[in-house]
Amino acid sequence: MRLLAWPYVGWMAVFVVVPLLLVLVYSFTSGDIHDVSTWQFTADNFARFNEPTYLKVMGDSFVLATASTSICLLLGYPVAMIIARADIRYRNLLLMFFLVPMWMNFLLRTYAWMSLLSPNGLINRGLQALGLPILEIMPGPWAVLLGMVYNFLPFMVLPIYTVLSKIEKPLLEASSDLGANKFLTFWKVIFPLSIPGVVSGITMVFMPAVSTFVISSLLGGSKTLLIGDVIEQQFTYERNWHFGSSLSIILMIIILLSMAVMSRIDRKPAEGGRAV
Amino acid sequence: MMKFLKRAYLGIIFLFLYTPIVVLIAFSFNSSKSRGQWGGFTLKWYLDMLGDRQIREALVFTIVIAVLSTVLSTVFGTVAAIGVHNLGRVSKTAVLNLNNLPVLNPDIITGVALMTLFISTGLPLGPVAMLIAHIVFSTPYVILAVLPKLRQMNRYTAEAAMDLGATPAMALRKVILPEISPGIISGALMAFTMSIDDFVISFFTAGTDATNLSILIYSMAKRGVKPSINALSTVMFAVVVILLLIINKRSDKGEELLL
Repeated sequence: MRLLAWPYVGWMAVFVVVPLLLVLVYSFTSGDIHDVSTWQFTADNFARFNEPTYLKVMGDSFVLATASTSICLLLGYPVAMIIARADIRYRNLLLMFFLVPMWMNFLLRTYAWMSLLSPNGLINRGLQALGLPILEIMPGPWAVLLGMVYNFLPFMVLPIYTVLSKIEKPLLEASSDLGANKFLTFWKVIFPLSIPGVVSGITMVFMPAVSTFVISSLLGGSKTLLIGDVIEQQFTYERNWHFGSSLSIILMIIILLSMAVMSRIDRKPAEGGRAV
Repeated sequence: MMKFLKRAYLGIIFLFLYTPIVVLIAFSFNSSKSRGQWGGFTLKWYLDMLGDRQIREALVFTIVIAVLSTVLSTVFGTVAAIGVHNLGRVSKTAVLNLNNLPVLNPDIITGVALMTLFISTGLPLGPVAMLIAHIVFSTPYVILAVLPKLRQMNRYTAEAAMDLGATPAMALRKVILPEISPGIISGALMAFTMSIDDFVISFFTAGTDATNLSILIYSMAKRGVKPSINALSTVMFAVVVILLLIINKRSDKGEELLL
């Protein structure tokens, strides 16, 4: 029976491992993409990141992804907590209401904001009717940030909710019996126990946010270029796979580093728990 | 007081989540072409959508790719899961890590990596490349859905069947498959949903002549907002909601059985 696993391993080697290795090879070479004999080993693709254009792209991607992750955490944590503490009869219903918007294709969710934010869209009509100045954030970084928060908020809420809903009530009662007020109970008991959920929420929001090109190209216009946009351009219009590949490698490194940082944070409270 | 604050907060968040979707759906019935004004109820945009050849072709293409990739990745994933389940501890961990690679990798990386592979090996981008790509990203989910069912299964029933004279193929068909079929069906539904929902990986493997719905919507949206996209969005949303309600209902039932 175990022989049945090997065709799949072969398939994954061809379609998952080899393509990633190809990207690695492209990132360290230059030359005509269709003619291997012209390829030369070089690190120039990575040196291009020193150009102001690309430094700005990297900076913008990082700032927008970090900002949207932080906003999702601030908005999402209370949501997860309210749902986790809700009466058991309504809990699944609330959770479902929260998840249904996520079932819409994310392209369409982003497109929905495009039409809401457009100069003669509903939001600006409303502002005009109230005699307020109109909002001109689209295309631009603020619209991208909004799109990211809107698209990825459920990814933050879900893991935090899962962890919070497993915290047992007697634990909270014990905390208050021992004299802690609500704030102290939250800070000393609930929050430390929820850190694994927070960590996976942060990873699940940061990763798609830092690698997106759809949100930035629909809501950000040409003013807001993110790493994903440049990768897309290099692989489609520019046809410079070597540079596109080095960008992909950088993106993977950013993601791996952030995951490593996150898993360190995840481990700490467990150690603290053991010490007590 | 606290209760009121909680309700108000949740209400605001739900408003934030639902407003764009409700507006999108409402404006798909709006006879005015404007995005900010209500001009009366109409089904014009739905008729437009049905009459649009590009949309029709993209819809058929999306469904064909989804059905093919679902069938192929479900069969492939189920067979692989049975194999993986029987592996030793070390190689099992290794294969499962490999299995997680496309799940954890950002879509754009999977997309450009596959595009690089296809062009480097001379396979033209297009329907076949896209189908392969969809199988690549769906199969890991099928395996992740089937493996828990294999773990729950009593490992001696298959052996007992073979002791009683069943060939391995018969044991697979009569004992193992019926036992793990809930996992297979969940995996298949997941593969189907992921296939019709995917944009990024399809975008990089489609080339110029293959257009599925999400690629069509992207290129239409880049050119500007159009009411027939609203109609198309509404229909797609309705289909996905129905599909996922079925999946959820199934898993609810599964939980009840476990209890």
